[in-house]
Amino acid sequence: MSSKPKFDLLLTGVGGQGNILASDIIGEVALTAGYDVKKTDTLGMAQRGGSVVSHVRITEKVYSPLIQEGAVDILLAFEKLEGIRWVNYLRPGGIAIINDHALPPLSVNLGAEKYPSDAEVMQLLKQRTGKIYLVPGTLKATELGNARTLNIFMLGSLSVFLPFTVPDWQTAIQKHLPEKLWKLNMTAFAAGRKEIENVHV
Amino acid sequence: MILMKKLLSGNEALALGAYHAGVAFASAYPGTPSTEIMEAVAVHKDIYAEWSTNEKVAVEVAMGACYAGARVMVSMKQVGLNVAADPFLAVSTTGVNGGFVLIEADDPGIHSSQGEQDNRHFAELAKVPILEPMDSQSAYDLMSCAFEISEQFDTPVMLRSTTRISHSKSIVEAKDARTASTLKIGFSLNMQRWVMLPVNARVRHVAMEERMLKLAAYGETFPFNKIEPGDRSLGIIATGISYQYAREVFPKASFLKLGMTYPPPEKLIRAFAAKVDRILVVEELDPFIEDHIKAMGIKCEGKQFIPRCGELNTDILEAAGRKMGIIKTPAPEKLTVPAELAKRPPLLCPGCPHTGFFYVLAGIGQRLKLPGAKDKVPGEPNLVVAGDIGCYTLGAYPPLNAMDTNGCMGSSIGTAIGMEKVGLNAKIVAVIGDSTFLHSGITPLVDAVYNQSKITVIITDNSTTAMTGHQEHPGTGISVQGLPGGKVVLEDVVKGVGVKNLAVVDSFNIKEIRTAVKSALDSNELSVVIVRGACVVHVPKHGETQIIDTKKCNQCGICLLVGCPAIQTTGKQPVIDAAMCTGCTVCAQVCPKQAIGPVSWLKAEAQN
Repeated sequence: MSSKPKFDLLLTGVGGQGNILASDIIGEVALTAGYDVKKTDTLGMAQRGGSVVSHVRITEKVYSPLIQEGAVDILLAFEKLEGIRWVNYLRPGGIAIINDHALPPLSVNLGAEKYPSDAEVMQLLKQRTGKIYLVPGTLKATELGNARTLNIFMLGSLSVFLPFTVPDWQTAIQKHLPEKLWKLNMTAFAAGRKEIENVHV
Repeated sequence: MILMKKLLSGNEALALGAYHAGVAFASAYPGTPSTEIMEAVAVHKDIYAEWSTNEKVAVEVAMGACYAGARVMVSMKQVGLNVAADPFLAVSTTGVNGGFVLIEADDPGIHSSQGEQDNRHFAELAKVPILEPMDSQSAYDLMSCAFEISEQFDTPVMLRSTTRISHSKSIVEAKDARTASTLKIGFSLNMQRWVMLPVNARVRHVAMEERMLKLAAYGETFPFNKIEPGDRSLGIIATGISYQYAREVFPKASFLKLGMTYPPPEKLIRAFAAKVDRILVVEELDPFIEDHIKAMGIKCEGKQFIPRCGELNTDILEAAGRKMGIIKTPAPEKLTVPAELAKRPPLLCPGCPHTGFFYVLAGIGQRLKLPGAKDKVPGEPNLVVAGDIGCYTLGAYPPLNAMDTNGCMGSSIGTAIGMEKVGLNAKIVAVIGDSTFLHSGITPLVDAVYNQSKITVIITDNSTTAMTGHQEHPGTGISVQGLPGGKVVLEDVVKGVGVKNLAVVDSFNIKEIRTAVKSALDSNELSVVIVRGACVVHVPKHGETQIIDTKKCNQCGICLLVGCPAIQTTGKQPVIDAAMCTGCTVCAQVCPKQAIGPVSWLKAEAQN
């Protein structure tokens, strides 16, 4: 029916990690490439530190901005716990790209709740898909000298699976960031793109 | 005319639509999910824009501007209209000169509100038409319609958004230029028209009823009320974001989409009803359209299948479709995420200026306890904290547990007065932020002075409207367009209404806060403590990063009771995340072992 493929993306993370900017950039690339696109964020009431989820839908014609449970094509998680919290949204056989980094919530630090082990994380993800990519986003972004480039690193990893050109990504990234950050972020983007070819669990 | 394709949020589209439609005056009070409407329109320097003190004032200033001939817009969140109900009904009664559009954003699902309410009832009460956008494009388009309808029918227009419309981005084809209003600024003296003495208001009520009949007729051919033919077995009547969900779940159905939901277009609905076998009304929250259709004697279904509470989505509509027997395929198997997964509720930020006084209040009220520890207050509380609306409402969460009530903007002070007046045997404190105090805390403080209340009011002053994203307010003295304005000094207001016992303390000095709060609580008279310190988003680094000296630390866990996200644990050992620490030193001040200090202090010690 539709002449363009469908990409339903779910970006999850913790407030302050730059997920919303990342989803804005994806929307911009899709618009440039001639797709219909809708995106929506759910962030609750906190400035920082709460769960943040963005839905991005890209295809010929999009109606609902929210993706149905179990229909997400690619889950892009900026934090492990926030990855598995939304794994039920991933479609069977979908792609999960997870930043291999833990940000324990306050309840864990207070000893009231437990942070899941890596084995539990993998077990949950594997219930849904074998296509799991654990990427060292926070580590690589920190090595680049600015942990805040994590979101662009993650976009680099995501970009391998989307039909947009690197120059289109570059234009969209530059549109959303000040000029002094362009070079660093394009390096992060390239690093994220390269990473996906190396890490497949 | 050149059209430009842009990816805009509903809020940005509303602002651009208003600007292109020639709005000359915009007023608002920040409130999720409506805040960005004002932020997006205020960047245009050729219009007047203001953050008003509260929503009531926002409507009143807009009313004056519209009487004087300007096209005006007022934006607010759903509960803002509770505050502004009085002038909203007033401007409906007088009618308008320049077009008057009130944008209000409902919050189905309660993403960031104190309750869930369907504000379309307000428009019916006020006898005002309602337009409901379905995506950013229709938000943009409906804004210009709204101004035209307002001027043509001598009525304010309600434009109802919702969180999902306001906070979703979709593609908008926009004009490249602004159409200036043809109205001239000027006021014609007309006592019958603008002065609502009973004798004039009676005449206006008749005019309002006639206006609604004309609007109903107009709605029959309004281009955004539209039939989209499909199978006759199912006809869906929908509006807002619900239309998008229904379009996706029932792709073959016939649709009547309503851009104007009130007054409902009866002939159009009847014509649609004649074309389909079964009607399902899909709308969020109350059965507003459904009830009107039923009142016309037209058979339809709706809320017996579609929930009244919460936000809709395609999953919910699909389940409704199965219940109705329309969708025959079985539901796909769902994956259950373990319920014991650690939760991540919203938190006060590291370095938040609200943390320190909450820690002090929690200590006085014997509320501080680690999860799993025994409750220290088995009986009646010795301290009751009446809270208010802002980031500081998060002080209600563990480990601080230092907020006991929270109802609506400005309610803390009145609630505290009432508790005191019936003889509650506890110290009673009201906690209110600077922006909320200026919004609606001053009148209850006047009440406290007048009625000789003995409560303690803590005004937590971070010099911004933090929770909605750091908007300016009268206390900052900077306008929404970044221009210098008059600055309202909180101390002057407090003293000016007659409060004698006032202290001003630093948000990051625990000893100073404790002394002032204890003295206020013991004073047996009305007391106000202003706790002042900048929001951490504005001042991200207070001083040197703090570190825990594990040789001195006895792992008592008191620093964890501050509830700072930067303080984490490795096993039982608290550690400070250097990347998150702002150097506010609140944890260092509460540590009984003096085991927390700046990084340099430890280094120096190591050398000695």
